[in-house]
Amino acid sequence: MEQKTKITAENGKQELVITREFDLPLELVFKAYVEPDIVEQWMGTKVLRLESKKHGSYQFETSDAQGNVVFRANGVIHEFVPNQKITRTFEMENAPFGVQLEFLEFEKLTDDASKLCIFTVFRSVAHRDQLLQLPFAQGLNMAHNRLRDTVRKLNYTS
Amino acid sequence: MYIRSQVTTLYESDSFAMNLRRDVFQAIADPTRRAILLLVASQTMTAGAIAANFDTARPTVSKHLQILTECELLEQEQNGREIYYHINAKKMKEVADFIEPFRKMWDERFNKLETIMKKYKSKK
Repeated sequence: MEQKTKITAENGKQELVITREFDLPLELVFKAYVEPDIVEQWMGTKVLRLESKKHGSYQFETSDAQGNVVFRANGVIHEFVPNQKITRTFEMENAPFGVQLEFLEFEKLTDDASKLCIFTVFRSVAHRDQLLQLPFAQGLNMAHNRLRDTVRKLNYTS
Repeated sequence: MYIRSQVTTLYESDSFAMNLRRDVFQAIADPTRRAILLLVASQTMTAGAIAANFDTARPTVSKHLQILTECELLEQEQNGREIYYHINAKKMKEVADFIEPFRKMWDERFNKLETIMKKYKSKK
């Protein structure tokens, strides 16, 4: 089966391309990027501010169950053309990935299908590769935690 | 005689490669070594800085670093008197496609977007 979400990250380049085809009309995909309460739902983060217009800015924040902030990101919108494109910066606060420049392009395929292409430029190849590795590292961490929990349970039962 | 030595060399290099490959998986099977990879994945570190994150004795951590370096998951870089360790992304990619978890993360996010907007559409 062909993958709906594709990642292109060529070796030695400081750019990254994410493409996704949706079984949704173009307008609905665009709306999901504009309406704060919808963004909150699918991104799984709190939207502190989202001014969807040229020179507008945005800020996202995620807290864990104890209320500690675990993720905060912000950026400025440079270009905003409804149902076509958003050009914006993205920066994860307190993270070593630097500021990224994102070009989001929305394209109609049929009345009920559309395509989103996110072209991201990083400060350097190293910055890009580091961000790409993050979920992999988290995966390792989760595997490690699972193992630790299993060992703990074993200790309790024995 | 010549042919035999060629064949032996080939055979030996082959089994050597197999040993190496097995070592890579053995390397990441150990929880401490996975934790080291996780640490170094976010930044280049000295052996001392890595060891400071573990209760394990320093020589044990050194042994883990040696194994990870031998199977090329970590690379060493001499900087003055200190040796810095960093992840060898190429080798990591061989072990497991390290971009795949990143793609999955976005795929899951977009699947959610699709589900939410389909409901949104039918509500209207």
